[in-house]
Amino acid sequence: MSPLLEVKGLHAAYGETKVLHGLDFAVQQGGVTALLGANGAGKTSTLRAICGMVRTQGEISLSGKSIAGMATEDIVRLGVAHVPDGRGTFMELTVEENMRLGAYTRPAREATADFEKMFGYFPRLKERYRQQAGTLSGGEQQMLAITRALLLRPRLLLLDEPSFGLAPLIVREIFDIMGRVREEAGVSILLVEQNASLALEFAEDAFLLETGRIVISGKAADIGKDEGIRRSYLGY
Amino acid sequence: MEGFIHQIVSGIATGGIYASVALALVMIYQATHHVNFAQGEMATFSTYIALVLINLGLPYWVALVGAFAISFVVGVLIERVLMRPVTNAPVLTSVGVFIGLLLIVNSMIGWIFDYTIKQFPSPFPDKSLMGGFVSGHELGSTGVTLAVLILVYLFFRHTRLGLAMRAAAFNPTSSRLVGVRVGWMLALGWGLAAGIGAVAGCMVAPVVFLDPNMMAGILLYAFAGALLGGIDSPLGAVLGGFLVGIIENLGGAYIVGTELKLTMALIIIIAVLTLKPSGLMGRKVYSRV
Repeated sequence: MSPLLEVKGLHAAYGETKVLHGLDFAVQQGGVTALLGANGAGKTSTLRAICGMVRTQGEISLSGKSIAGMATEDIVRLGVAHVPDGRGTFMELTVEENMRLGAYTRPAREATADFEKMFGYFPRLKERYRQQAGTLSGGEQQMLAITRALLLRPRLLLLDEPSFGLAPLIVREIFDIMGRVREEAGVSILLVEQNASLALEFAEDAFLLETGRIVISGKAADIGKDEGIRRSYLGY
Repeated sequence: MEGFIHQIVSGIATGGIYASVALALVMIYQATHHVNFAQGEMATFSTYIALVLINLGLPYWVALVGAFAISFVVGVLIERVLMRPVTNAPVLTSVGVFIGLLLIVNSMIGWIFDYTIKQFPSPFPDKSLMGGFVSGHELGSTGVTLAVLILVYLFFRHTRLGLAMRAAAFNPTSSRLVGVRVGWMLALGWGLAAGIGAVAGCMVAPVVFLDPNMMAGILLYAFAGALLGGIDSPLGAVLGGFLVGIIENLGGAYIVGTELKLTMALIIIIAVLTLKPSGLMGRKVYSRV
C-alpha cells in the first residue's frame, strides 16, 4: 500500500534562512508517525512546509497527488488538518464559532451532527460552548484546536506539540482521546513532540531531526529501545 | 428647548450617515489595519452611479440596490487588482495607494460627470413630521441607515460567510488552516464597505447636493466617529458616528457656528488620539519593544 503522505527531498526557507535540508519521510495510511527533535531542529517548519505556509522545494504528495506549491487553504480542503504551534485559537470568537469554522468546508447539517461526537471526546467544550475562546485554559484551548481540526474530517492530522505547556494529567487525557479518534475515524497522524517517550509510545514510525536533517528514522519501538539513541538524542 | 431637540434629531440623521461610512472604514481597518482614505470618494462615485440609474428611468429603490451591487463589484475589483499586490508591503506603500485611489476616483468623477453641483432626489416626502421636529428625509434616511446597519450586523453574526470574514480579519493564519479563502474574504469586505458607502452617499446627497467633493467633509466626520468609538470596533464606530453627528450639530448651533463645524471633527480626532487612543469601545493594544 502506498503511503498517505510522501515527502522527498524537502527543503524549506524563511527568506534567506534555510531551515530544512532535504527531508525524506512518509506517513502510512492510518498510521502515526512521530517527528522528534530539539528546539530549532525544524519540526514546526516541517509541518508548515506540508501545509504550504513556508517556501519549499522538493516533492510533497498526498495519496500520490502532488501538493507542493499549492495554497494553504487548498491543501486543507484536500483533508489535511493542522493543529498549529500555539494552538491557533480564534480568541475573539466563541467556542461555538471556533467549531463552526473548523467545519467551514463542510455542509452545515453534517457538521452539527459531528459536534455531538466532539462533545463525547471533550465534554468540557460543551460546558464552554457559548464562552469566548480567549477565556479558555491552555488545556481547553488545545482540546478546541484538536476539535477544530477533526471537524474538517481530515485524512491527515498534523499535530504540533499537543503537550506543550500542559499538566501531565491533561496531556494523558488528550493522548487517550487521540488514540480513540485514530481508531474511530481512521485518521493518519504526523505528530511533533518534545516529549519523546510519550510520542514513541503513541506512534508506529518515528524520525529524528537535527538542524533540518533527518539523523535517525525507523520503527518507533526500535528507536525507543535503543539506549544509545535515547541517551544521546532523547534525554531519558 | 424645541430648537435644541430639533438639533439633536437632525444630528442623529446626519450621524447615521457618518455611522455608515465609519462602519465601512472600520471593516477595512479590522482586516488590513489601514484606513481607506478613498472610502469617501468611492461613495461619491457610487452616488453618481445611482443618479445615472435613476435618470435611466429606474425606480428609486431599484436604482439604490443597483448602485449597491455595482459598488460592491467595484470594491471587490479594487481589492483584487490594486490592494492585493501591496498586501505585504510597508504601511507607507498602502497609504500611497489609498491616496492615489482617492485622487484617481475624484478626478474620474469630475471627468465623467463634470464638476457642476447636481440635485439628487429623495424618496421620502418633503414635509415636516412630528410637529416640525424632523423632516421626511431625515426620518427616512435614518431608517434606511439603521436598516443597513442591522442587516450588516445580522450578516456578520449569523451567516457562515460573515463568520469566515470575521475570522479572516482576526486571525488569517488560523483561518487558512480551516480552509477559509482569506484573500477573497478581504475582497468581499471591500465590496461590502463600498456598498455601504453607496447607500450612505445616496442618503446624504439630497441634503448636501451632489458634486465630486461631496464626501470629503463627511469622511472626516466619519473618521472622527470611528476613532471616537474605537477604530477596531464596528459597534463602536456606529455609536461614534451617531455621537459625532449630534456633537457637530449642537456645536454648530450653539458654540462655534455653522462656518466652523468641520473644525469640530478635527477637535474630536485630536482629543481622542491624545486622551483615549483606543476610543470608547476599542481594544487597547500593547506591544513589547
